[in-house]
Amino acid sequence: MTRLIFIAHDGEQISVEARDGDSVMRAALSNDVDGIVGECGGSMMCATCHCYVDEAWADAVGARADGEEDMLESATSEVKPSSRLSCQIRIRPDLDGLIIHLPESQT
Amino acid sequence: MTMIEGHRAFEPAEGIPVWDIDPYDEAILADPTAYYAELRAKGPLVYIPKYSVLASGRYEETKEIFSDHERFVSSRGVGLNDFRYGTPWRPPSIILEVDPPEHTRTRKAMARALSPKAIAKFRDDFQAKALEIVDALLEKGQFEAVTELAEAFPTAVFPEALGMVDHDPRPLVDYGAMVFNSMGPDNALRRKAASMIPEIVPWIMAACARARLRPDGMGAIIYEAADAGEITQEEAGLLIRSFLSAGVDTTVTGIGNALWCLASNPGEYERLKADPSLARPCFEEVLRYTSPVHTFGRTAGLDTEVAGLPIAEGSKIICVLGAANLDPEKWEDADTFRIDRRPAGHLAFGAGIHGCVGQNIARMELETLLTVLVQKVQRIEFAGEAVWRPNNAIHALDQMPLRFIAR
Repeated sequence: MTRLIFIAHDGEQISVEARDGDSVMRAALSNDVDGIVGECGGSMMCATCHCYVDEAWADAVGARADGEEDMLESATSEVKPSSRLSCQIRIRPDLDGLIIHLPESQT
Repeated sequence: MTMIEGHRAFEPAEGIPVWDIDPYDEAILADPTAYYAELRAKGPLVYIPKYSVLASGRYEETKEIFSDHERFVSSRGVGLNDFRYGTPWRPPSIILEVDPPEHTRTRKAMARALSPKAIAKFRDDFQAKALEIVDALLEKGQFEAVTELAEAFPTAVFPEALGMVDHDPRPLVDYGAMVFNSMGPDNALRRKAASMIPEIVPWIMAACARARLRPDGMGAIIYEAADAGEITQEEAGLLIRSFLSAGVDTTVTGIGNALWCLASNPGEYERLKADPSLARPCFEEVLRYTSPVHTFGRTAGLDTEVAGLPIAEGSKIICVLGAANLDPEKWEDADTFRIDRRPAGHLAFGAGIHGCVGQNIARMELETLLTVLVQKVQRIEFAGEAVWRPNNAIHALDQMPLRFIAR
């Protein structure tokens, strides 16, 4: 299990224990984290699992997936350099403590 | 080497129950619920000797197989035939029947054309067409819902969004049904589909040409990807074909099934009227509850195992999405249709890299139509018996007389 910390737009922090191999989107949904919708279920066909990776974790998380850039254009909230689709971030033990900021809105 | 249904016959590993059933029997296709339940009850995988395939119907394992494109490939066909042996009836789809890295390239172009942002501009047209059709049906009172609504709406709005300069509903609906029937065994349904090839396929292929597409539609975005060198011009034509095979009959089915769910569950229609913001979740529940695409296959690309059961390379596996979407282990009151369930993770659009690329436009069609319905229609009633139409991959209605009572 790997610990993830979600920080909501209003500042609320939610810490979850996530299964390695799952996506950050899946971990958010299975822990009832508000602020991640994941309408398409992880097929990179919507942008309702948009999140911002905390600066300190940018290198560890790595670059956007092929095609992710295009789909981020559909995001409702501002797209920043740290923006990712959380369905494309695979959880691994070395991401223990990963901080994910949630956008104001997904729809 | 023994072949069955165009793939290598194999014996199941120890521990996999053998079930002597024909899941493509027309009676089962028309009313699959008992088959789904027994499939799940028998285990995570069963072996069906008639077709020498494994079948998966529990949610967890079906999702695992269906979404793991590394172990379970699509390039050998998503029906019963293994494209490694013999020639498929049409050149394979370059997005459905392909694996990465080829898939990544074509998928990207399709995803761009079908992203929420790209399709948002069609919303008003969809809404206006839905209103026009529903008004006309209210005028009639009683009507045949499959042709006059479920087919009429998508065949009007989808070709326009694609940018087709001219279109004809019949070949569009029939081509989808043909493609999906061809994913089954060599049964009467598939043979009938094959007999329609000479009539329909030339029409469809001609419709894929750039000259037949307006510059403001989704199709033009695909040809622009070809101009940019991301795909070839020929590939662009094949991707337009994918819009036509997967974009019409599927949403026709989704709409028919949605009307059937709401007519069968008047209490849920009342809830939708009371809170029209449930239109989108309502469609998700229709998808979970009726699984318009009920079965798609994969081929094991290597020796592997699922739920501890060995699967040999080359094994064909049918993923019974309809069974997974009704698995009580995954869904509370799985057999109950509840429009506010929000069934995240249902498999009706698939999962992973092959998840339905047109799901946003499908959602928009249904959202606009359901929103118009609740504005205008007080009650939806059956005006005769709803009859299901057997298809090897699609669970759709054949006939459904309905009555709309105005608000």
